[in-house]
Amino acid sequence: MPIQVLMPALSPTMEKGNLAKWLKKEGETIKSGDVIAEIETDKATMEVEATDEGTLGKILIPEGTADVAVNTPIATILADGESAADLAKAPAPAKQEKTAESAPPAAAKAEAPAPKAAPAPQAVAEPDPEVPAGTEMVTQTIREALRDAMAEEMRRDADVFVMGEEVAEYQGAYKVTQGLLQEFGAKRVIDTPITEHGFAGVGVGAAMTGLKPIVEFMTFNFAMQAIDQIINSAAKTLYMSGGQMGCSIVFRGPNGAAARVAAQHSQDYSSWYSNIPGLKVVAPFSAADYKGLLKAAIRDPNPVIFLENEVLYGHTGEVPKLDDFVIPIGKARIVRSGSHVTIVSWSNGMTYALKAADELAKEGIEAEVIDLRTLRPMDTETIINSVKKTGRAVTVEEGWAQSGVGAEIAARIMENAFDYLDAPVTRVSGKDVPMPYAANLEKLALPSAAEVVEAAKAVCYR
Amino acid sequence: MAAPKKAAASTAQDKTDGGSPPEFTREQELKALRDMLLIRRFEEKAGQLYGMGAIGGFCHLYIGQEAVVVGMQMALKQGDQVITGYRDHGHMLATGMEANGVMAELTGRRGGYSKGKGGSMHMFSKEKHFYGGHGIVGAQVSLGTGLAFANHYRGNDNVSVTYFGDGAANQGQVYESFNMAELWKLPVIYVIENNRYAMGTAVSRASAQQDFSKRGASFNIPGLQVDGMDVRAVKAAGDEAVAWCRAGKGPMILEMQTYRYRGHSMSDPAKYRTREEVEKVRHDQDPIEQVRNRLLAAKVSEQDLKAIDAEVRDIVNASADFAQHDPEPEAAELWTDVYR
Repeated sequence: MPIQVLMPALSPTMEKGNLAKWLKKEGETIKSGDVIAEIETDKATMEVEATDEGTLGKILIPEGTADVAVNTPIATILADGESAADLAKAPAPAKQEKTAESAPPAAAKAEAPAPKAAPAPQAVAEPDPEVPAGTEMVTQTIREALRDAMAEEMRRDADVFVMGEEVAEYQGAYKVTQGLLQEFGAKRVIDTPITEHGFAGVGVGAAMTGLKPIVEFMTFNFAMQAIDQIINSAAKTLYMSGGQMGCSIVFRGPNGAAARVAAQHSQDYSSWYSNIPGLKVVAPFSAADYKGLLKAAIRDPNPVIFLENEVLYGHTGEVPKLDDFVIPIGKARIVRSGSHVTIVSWSNGMTYALKAADELAKEGIEAEVIDLRTLRPMDTETIINSVKKTGRAVTVEEGWAQSGVGAEIAARIMENAFDYLDAPVTRVSGKDVPMPYAANLEKLALPSAAEVVEAAKAVCYR
Repeated sequence: MAAPKKAAASTAQDKTDGGSPPEFTREQELKALRDMLLIRRFEEKAGQLYGMGAIGGFCHLYIGQEAVVVGMQMALKQGDQVITGYRDHGHMLATGMEANGVMAELTGRRGGYSKGKGGSMHMFSKEKHFYGGHGIVGAQVSLGTGLAFANHYRGNDNVSVTYFGDGAANQGQVYESFNMAELWKLPVIYVIENNRYAMGTAVSRASAQQDFSKRGASFNIPGLQVDGMDVRAVKAAGDEAVAWCRAGKGPMILEMQTYRYRGHSMSDPAKYRTREEVEKVRHDQDPIEQVRNRLLAAKVSEQDLKAIDAEVRDIVNASADFAQHDPEPEAAELWTDVYR
């Protein structure tokens, strides 16, 4: 029976990719290990190798097709003795959840287009106060928004440079620094050895002289090696020096769970860093916020922890086309207004919060969803004003509940709006276990929209 | 400039041959004497004030090691940066920071360099290019490498002098820093102050490679072993390392063989070594006595030397007086300087 070649997944978070090029033609002989096609994701171009021998029977997805879902059959290979007539016998592709939402494979284009990815939920009821009315918007991935923010700040200020593992030649482990080396050169886009503790300290030392480093961690999980320099050196020096010597530095990189990368690569450090006076901690959700807040972080004279999310990198959103779009650190945003219950979240937690708000609306519960955006300094006022209106609050975070950011929010609500509460503040969080690998267990370990819905209904006594 | 390995070999040779370092001029001898005396008397006074309860917390005295910072400072120019760990009072005075400000920081007063918020281990001076004052063993090595990175980035000819002890030399980030410094040819002098004890642990009990000048060997960083009790030897090694760095050749390691007379901190009874060992070093190698004896042999009058003693004592006494009478910080200072 003919063998199907499926669209491969090239990274833990890849859901679809572009079929850039076929390197073999129909009828050509193929040996195991031959490169038969090139696949593009928004992160990288990769080669597809044949794992079977035979003849390339039929190309199912023509080159130039964008957004081919993982596991979609892209070609068939005929074994010895089989002919094109056998093609009909090829099994139907095993339909999985992921492939079901894919674009039809026939949507071929002449040239491989720019990669597109899943749009982030855009249930924005409230206009963004930072964007003047009538501003032209461009659709960008979060990855591109981050890159543009860095490039703009590097153009503006020669003291800004970026350092980290694979940021230059490789164009970024997650392609966030794509193109920066080409524009700014090796002096300002610096590949470091794999040496987090050391290069974090080098960055802080350079910042103490007035330079403005952007230190990329391949993930914040690896920054645990460097956390002494982040906290003891970066966060405390201004105070310890009586205000003489500070440290304008950004530590950025993906934080929290990606997909199926298990316990040591999935931790959410929101609460760790937000515990530390002297640090600012930013954890945006929308593409526009990623851009505007990263620009603000780079300009900030203090050390800023900029928590990104790998799952969100490929998501698109509307980013204002302004020469200098900067969002002030420390301001939450009401993304959806409602009067029955306040849901507070940030970063990828917003995915669950917004989905839940949609579900709740169907049942007549209007949730007010607050995207915290900055964890330290925390915009307590926005939370409290909302809770005074709704009388109910649910927090949503991917991190653990104990000593978590949700616990802090709950305490602030109790301290500032106790008399307004009609129900106890409820937390939805990551489960109190290291992150498991198995797909079903990982899903269980993370919060879900269903859990948020349940919590919101509970505080509404519904 | 000789090739790095040769440089290392020749100095080691000089040392084993008992060759003396280049002589100082009379002015240099007098300056070295005065600066070392200032540190010694300052530290003695700090010890007294600690005993009286005027200084709290941890207090690590530099007595015995004075030749290291004074000799190195004589090799530097304006703009070169200095950074060290927590045994830092000597480094601050050597860079020209005021005794009053240092002592008032020790007593936690508003006139201290950090307004009383840093204490013994955390003082800084932008003006004197002194970058602290760091309490985590070895952390200053990455930071000092970062200072050198900044010099390299800006294209100036400043050198970062990064001090750490034989104990810190076993920390992992030291080698991460060595690797980057040599890889990027950063102008940093790693001054390893080998005072023979990491707190209470003798070098032989903690270090597989006890020749610290070789600690950069696998990164191709040249290193010299230096008699850190002889201020002239320190200055000569400092000159060599500074020239190496300014020429864009990357980092260099200087192992300063020195000795701390006092305990690790004020609360250390120093039971890990004998009184005789300390007395012998004091008697045979004291860095200040070496200079004083040379000056006397060169017919500098006792009176001139006494004048230096008196000047130094006045500065130290005035600083102690200031540090005990300066008010504590305003309560409102609690909340300042967290962010800027």
